[in-house]
Amino acid sequence: MSDHKTMTLTLIVWRQKGPSDPGKFETYTAKGITEHHSFLEMLDCVNEDLIYSGKEPIVFDHDCREGICGMCSQVINGLAHGGRDRTTVCQLHMRTFKDGDTIYIEPWRARAFPIIKDLVCDRTALDTIVQAGAYVSCHTGGVPDGNAILIPKPAADEAMDAAECVGCGACVAGCPNGAAMLFTGAKVSQFAVIPQGKAEAAERVKALTDAMTECGFGNCTNHYECQTACPKGINVKFIARMNREFLKAQFS
Amino acid sequence: MQLLTSSIGRKIVMAITGQAMVLFAVIHLLGNSSIFGWLNGGINAYAEHLHSLPLPIIIGFRLALLAMVCIHIWFGIQLTMENRGGRPQQYAVKAAQKATFASENMIWTGCLIGLFLVYHLLHFTFQVISPETAALKNLVPLHDQMVPNVLGMVVAGFKNFFVSFIYAGGMVVLFLHLSHGIQSFFQTMGWSCDKSQPIIVKLGSLVALVLFAGYVIIPLTVFFGILKG
Repeated sequence: MSDHKTMTLTLIVWRQKGPSDPGKFETYTAKGITEHHSFLEMLDCVNEDLIYSGKEPIVFDHDCREGICGMCSQVINGLAHGGRDRTTVCQLHMRTFKDGDTIYIEPWRARAFPIIKDLVCDRTALDTIVQAGAYVSCHTGGVPDGNAILIPKPAADEAMDAAECVGCGACVAGCPNGAAMLFTGAKVSQFAVIPQGKAEAAERVKALTDAMTECGFGNCTNHYECQTACPKGINVKFIARMNREFLKAQFS
Repeated sequence: MQLLTSSIGRKIVMAITGQAMVLFAVIHLLGNSSIFGWLNGGINAYAEHLHSLPLPIIIGFRLALLAMVCIHIWFGIQLTMENRGGRPQQYAVKAAQKATFASENMIWTGCLIGLFLVYHLLHFTFQVISPETAALKNLVPLHDQMVPNVLGMVVAGFKNFFVSFIYAGGMVVLFLHLSHGIQSFFQTMGWSCDKSQPIIVKLGSLVALVLFAGYVIIPLTVFFGILKG
């Protein structure tokens, strides 16, 4: 038996039976939680208790549980992924909470992300944006020789910074307008800064931003909530770059 | 035309019209500051200089300003309504990390500035709020000619507590609007990067603060009797 001190927490969790159910908050008690539990492991404990007592467990998305897949989509106490810098829900540990805390857990809320059940929402809209042109359309063949296309190191770094996005949707969840500008900005930028992507930059920015609007995302009002919500630290400079690419595309 | 229909396009139009109005506010303040006497003849001479410009220039300038105000308001309302729909259901816990009172209330500060502008135009441009002190009816001599007494009208207006209060309040709202609006312009035009962006946010607020201080000092100095007619 471990000698860890345990804590007891009150959880106020959004429960929604299906897409058309209005949904409501329900209160649960999480007992025997140690500071080493991750947030998802804490929910696992609560779910086990629920299953033992014959109740339906809380449904939530998760996959890698090591902070790289972007599946865990929960707004904890009003902040996407719990508000810790560059941290997904699965990497949020219970040591950030203390015994007796009350924690609100809600799904991503945005028009473009309809809720499927409880804390699970449908983020297909992000895929729709990618499908609109976040790729290079020509056939690229096999892996090219390392120095066949010379790319300056700063450009390669910039593209990699944008490509760090795991598509979790926290930027949309954090945005008061439910806008996907940081996500779309990252996709536009990761191609726009390297030679392979430059050729189609104008078509790409138009197609992606159109898809963004058609999916029901709002418009950017430069609050920069997205940047703080992002677990991968994607910078709002990529939104500025997308705006710049958009302006350029009007004259090409 | 994607500029008038798309998400980013309409924001760019908002940004350009907004920034043009900021430039106007800067020039307007420089002109107003002639009330402190750096121009020979003061604000009366400045007003006379403006009104002696060719009529097509005056009308053209006013129409351009009116158009910018209308476009800014039209797209502002349109985008705000779309944005409210972007997150139809709010979170139970509201915990903004970066958004500010100013950034979240642009539509309301914008509406208040619109109302203030109407009052300001009725007061000093069309001069119907207090007709007895209207500059156009009270001519004073200046450099061998009779010119409207703008100084008298401004001083008589700002001696009144409520008038001064409305102007000071209007400037507080303008400060809030611009403290978010100026930095927003650079982000929307794409003229910022990770290094410059935090600096632009601070500089934007600073410019808004300078404009606020510059404008509010006129009613304050008149009300407290430092500036006399």
